[in-house]
Amino acid sequence: MAKSKSAYSIPGKKQKLDTHIIVVWVDNEAGVLARVVGLFSGRGYNIESLAVAEIDSKLNISRITIVTTGTPQVIEQIKLQLKKLVPVHKVADFKREDKNVIFKEMALFKLRSNKKKKEKALKACKKFNVVILDETKTSYVLQVTALRREIDSMSKNLLKYGLVSTSRTGAVAMTRGAEIFK
Amino acid sequence: MSKIYSGAEIVFKCLEDQGVENVFGYPGGAVLPIYDELKNHQSVKHILVRHEQGAGHAAEGYARSTGKPGVVLVTSGPGATNVVTALTDAYMDSVPLVCISGQVPTHLIGTDAFQECDTTGITRPCTKHNWLVKDVKDLAKTIHKAFEVATSGRPGPVLVDIPKDIQFQKTKYQKYSKLKKLNGKGKNLFSQKEIDELIKLMSNSSKPVFYTGGGVINSGPQASTLLRELVSITGFPITTTLQGLGSYPGDDNQFLGMLGMHGTYEANNAMYECDLMINIGARFDDRITGKLDEFSPKSKKVHIDIDPSSINKNVKVDLPIIGDVTDVIKATIKTISKRKLNFSKSNRQKISKWWEKIQKWRSIKSLDYINSEESIKPQYAIERLYELTKNKETFITTEVGQHQMWAAQHYKFNKPNRWMTSGGLGTMGYGLPAAVGVQVAHPNKLVIDIAGEASVLMTMQEMSTAVQYSLPIKIFILNNEYMGMVRQWQELLHDKNYSESYTAALPDFVKLAEAYGCVGIRAKTPEELDDKIIEMLNTDRPVIFDCLVDKEENCFPMIPSGKPHNQMLLGPKDQKNNKISGKGKTLV
Repeated sequence: MAKSKSAYSIPGKKQKLDTHIIVVWVDNEAGVLARVVGLFSGRGYNIESLAVAEIDSKLNISRITIVTTGTPQVIEQIKLQLKKLVPVHKVADFKREDKNVIFKEMALFKLRSNKKKKEKALKACKKFNVVILDETKTSYVLQVTALRREIDSMSKNLLKYGLVSTSRTGAVAMTRGAEIFK
Repeated sequence: MSKIYSGAEIVFKCLEDQGVENVFGYPGGAVLPIYDELKNHQSVKHILVRHEQGAGHAAEGYARSTGKPGVVLVTSGPGATNVVTALTDAYMDSVPLVCISGQVPTHLIGTDAFQECDTTGITRPCTKHNWLVKDVKDLAKTIHKAFEVATSGRPGPVLVDIPKDIQFQKTKYQKYSKLKKLNGKGKNLFSQKEIDELIKLMSNSSKPVFYTGGGVINSGPQASTLLRELVSITGFPITTTLQGLGSYPGDDNQFLGMLGMHGTYEANNAMYECDLMINIGARFDDRITGKLDEFSPKSKKVHIDIDPSSINKNVKVDLPIIGDVTDVIKATIKTISKRKLNFSKSNRQKISKWWEKIQKWRSIKSLDYINSEESIKPQYAIERLYELTKNKETFITTEVGQHQMWAAQHYKFNKPNRWMTSGGLGTMGYGLPAAVGVQVAHPNKLVIDIAGEASVLMTMQEMSTAVQYSLPIKIFILNNEYMGMVRQWQELLHDKNYSESYTAALPDFVKLAEAYGCVGIRAKTPEELDDKIIEMLNTDRPVIFDCLVDKEENCFPMIPSGKPHNQMLLGPKDQKNNKISGKGKTLV
């Protein structure tokens, strides 16, 4: 090994990365999203997707759902660092594989095609709560809700049926059963 | 109907309510309404600095030497950007600061107005929290909350950005009422179970060590008193980080000195070989741990910290205890005295072999250096300064570099809040303005900035502040004409390629002192050093002391790059004893 010329330590072994869904309840105030996102970029954490909206207009609370990857140590740091932010109320964390949690993303697809191809396209999306939101003689807009990888494969699949534009949200999450996260 | 006040008046009413006595600042267009109001509030004294960075560091010095939050007042745009270094410094070293900045009027925000900048955007990553006040009704509440955030939990800097129109608008004043809860961010999350677990580990250990940091000092003077008690009843050795110096008496026999990159041989070896490490208020910084994979491989690690995010950040620990250091130590001592009356005795026997080992490491005398009769060795200068000032109540600040490490190694602190240095961020230029702040807080005490000639030039303008307010700070410059630490690394790591680390056109510091209206003293030889230091101490005015030291002295011992604690590089004296040639110095 070459002699290190740095007074900083060399990086340790690379650990396995897990995908986690982090849910953050925050005060809906100016700059709060920038604080959360800035924490991720400033400390070198990943953001795979992000969804945010106000969920309680009375208490002024927004719910941010972030899909991220990291080593167990990094995921732990993300949660602890988020909890330190002044406008953050609580932080929940789920593994993507967690069977007790529902994850959903929504996508809008615009396709241009003939009738035959359209039927095929609708058939291909059948499993994913497909809704036609707009129709013209030459085009139509589909809405689907599904998992990330399902939407990934759908958007690939739909190319041959005339997909011209895709718009999709980040994942949102909720636990199954009567329990809520405290 | 209750009285209504302008935004500027509300700022001062808040400061008065918070018991603020001193504000460090610099006026400008966007804070003029606040400066206009200053004359009506006698209890708040304003210290006019020469650069906003100086205001920030002065407030840091004030905060660290008193335990109270430091307050900074700056204008928009460049005023705010100039204070960013100080805010980041305070963030890294957990110093409570409240920075109030002016902003362009609300209707001009976002238009690239004169002296506008996105202050809350720029300072977001270097503050605990910041606020842009868009409604005068929120102003009082926001400033009070700012003080609460800055001083609660792990302390740190906050910033309140106030647009100029808000400073003119009028509203009622809301008095300070302590918030019950900050979004569930409690400080003590530990339980008796964890204290019991800690005591169990302590009584089973045969090679324990306390590793304590700035958290002990931030927790207040009581924490240091309790720490002394805990160390005394356990009989365990203790080492402290750079920021922890003063939390335990530097001349006590159980004290192993500072640990880390330039820590003592005994402290670092104790950290490497111990079977129980009790971290109290320190954060496993990379200057402390060295190579992480080989950091203290055989020990159980306990981490006591007020900040949950410090746990397992760099080093995985076996027992985290989240809480205020004072409360945790108090609970520990209480439990020890309640349950294990003979704890100290039995333990002392158990660890006597450990102490023998430590004595062997100690006998290496890793801080020794080869003294000279011709030139002043920097270590000797610090030693003499310590000997001649140790009987006074002395506050030491430093800049960053070799002189900082020599000061940490050779100046012994017995009390907390007497040592102010930039550790986390390593800000050259910290010490002089910090000394200004310390002297403001302690007008009749001796305040010395142990400086390097390169660092001190970065904020030299604050000498003018010291002269204006008759603050008799002493700037003790170890002048080797090099950026010493840069030069040392270049010697050891970059084949002696001294790229840009020599300052060729230094000012004459004695004449510079005279130009500022203070006193300049120069010491050239070891023989005259004591007399010159005494002359400095007897001068009741600000002094710049130009101490010409050996130009090529290196700071040892040192943990070289990427090495664990047990592979320290010792100084030239030891290398000579081991018959390592002159070249040995460069074997890193």
